Amino acid sequence: MAYRSLTELADQLERGETTAVELAQQYLARIEAHNPTLNAFVHCDAEHVLAQAEASDAYRAKHGARAMEGLPIAVKDIFCTSDGPTQCCSNILKGYHAPYDAHVITRLKEAGAVLVGKTNMDEFAMGSSNETSAFGSCRNPWHTDCIPGGSSGGSAAAVAAALTPAALGTDTGGSIRQPASLCGITGLKPTYGRVSRRGIIAFASSLDQAGAMTRTVRDAALLTGTISGHDPADATSAADAPDVDWLAACETRDMQGLRIGRPKEYFIDGMDPGVRAAVDAALEQCKALGAEIVDISLPHTQYAVAAYYVIAPSEASANLSRYDGVRFGHRCEHPEDLLDMYTRSRDEGFGAEVKRRILTGAFALSSGYYDAYYLKAQQVRTLIRQDFQQAFEQVDVIATPTSPVPAFRIGEKTDDPLTMYLSDVFTIAVNLAGLPGLSQPCGMVDGLPAGLQWIAPAWQEGRLLAAAAAYEAATPWHQQTPADFTAGEQA
Amino acid sequence: MDIDVKNVAMLARIRLTDAEATELGPQLERIVGYVEQLAAVNTEGVTATAHPHDMAMPLRADVVSNTNQRDALQTAAPKTESGLYVVPKVIE
Repeated sequence: MAYRSLTELADQLERGETTAVELAQQYLARIEAHNPTLNAFVHCDAEHVLAQAEASDAYRAKHGARAMEGLPIAVKDIFCTSDGPTQCCSNILKGYHAPYDAHVITRLKEAGAVLVGKTNMDEFAMGSSNETSAFGSCRNPWHTDCIPGGSSGGSAAAVAAALTPAALGTDTGGSIRQPASLCGITGLKPTYGRVSRRGIIAFASSLDQAGAMTRTVRDAALLTGTISGHDPADATSAADAPDVDWLAACETRDMQGLRIGRPKEYFIDGMDPGVRAAVDAALEQCKALGAEIVDISLPHTQYAVAAYYVIAPSEASANLSRYDGVRFGHRCEHPEDLLDMYTRSRDEGFGAEVKRRILTGAFALSSGYYDAYYLKAQQVRTLIRQDFQQAFEQVDVIATPTSPVPAFRIGEKTDDPLTMYLSDVFTIAVNLAGLPGLSQPCGMVDGLPAGLQWIAPAWQEGRLLAAAAAYEAATPWHQQTPADFTAGEQA
Repeated sequence: MDIDVKNVAMLARIRLTDAEATELGPQLERIVGYVEQLAAVNTEGVTATAHPHDMAMPLRADVVSNTNQRDALQTAAPKTESGLYVVPKVIE
């Protein structure tokens, strides 16, 4: 039962075949059994989970079911919750309890979801492997010597191993899509502005967006529909976003007339041949479903990583200036004076990767360098947006690999930060352009999942879901489960 | 490029130990060296993107929308007294 989708679980609840309490007990038992191996959860309070499930069953009995009644959802440790700790997997926020719920958490609670806990992540979402977490690496359920991807690695691993049927992540440069790809699940980063960022600990404010990590495309639609919508308390949340008929889009079963762009810059030398073969086969499958594959070019792609590693660290260095040891978070012992308190608290509280990014940003924004780095990167960002705008005059959606390689080994890329940065080469441009992107499983490479990424114009999540749902219905990849975590599982 | 990493760290209010500076300095230089490829892009006359959708900043009515939550907000503070945040002496 654990490997069932949200949609199947909702049906079972509706038919009275199970209860929210039974579901909660089942997933809690799996978390207890498998989390010591995976380290996917950094916080889980069983008593509190069961209390929410009991309340949900009571609500259903009295009023009927809300949109996500009784469905267990895990959330990345980046979402502020008024219950339990919110630590962003950083020592500077160890023991921090947020005074309020993030907007998306409020949405989930109002829809009747049962929040099962906080998932592991790279510290402040800065990383592609989950190895920068202050709570230790999370492991990939398909091969526990491998990374689950990052930064939403805990959410991806938890869904892949069915410790929860679905989870929320955030995506600043690929942090939902890349771990979804590496763990063989579906991940949807909505259009920038679709989902409120209020109460999501800020990394790079012009890029951050929350989204769903699930077993199926329909589940991603259900969860995204629940958390999206205008929030007056977030000035970047769009008030006039075009609506999406989330679940109806997932009924699509063919690709008749769909023009799929295949950008040559995303099929490069140096990518894993197995991943390339899987994505090539996926595009053949799309053709068989009626799609037309159109060769396109996104000429500024090669500059996306460089532009991102100016813009994101610059925004991060500003956002993370709030951790100063005054109002919340870690303060060093016995500060000599105010400056000593700031500088020592921050040195002790931040990990190496967070420091690297803050320093990169502080350098790019410093006097004399602003035009050469920050302004230049923002101009290149415009060119990257224009590449997509021109491409979408020819095609409806774009298909690419999500990650050039399958999951790599823990420790393999930690010596050289730049090598790690390049693992996001296929996901970063989507954030720079503010577009929606979806990753879904499309094959296996030596026992590790490969992912197919769909990109659509702004606000056209419906196109992503339609294409992905048709592909999913025609292929078996989303049904694969990692063998080590099926033990004791009853059908 | 030669970067004075301790100076940059001071701008960011982070005190690096000597060992950290020795490790982070060359890494920062390599990252900056990588992003310098942006100089090859012709951006003459290209406007900068600060927000992906060219959205205007919305305005709200100028009315009080929050209640006083001082006590709740200060529970997370390292040190408070009489509703104030306590920090080391600033003025001698």
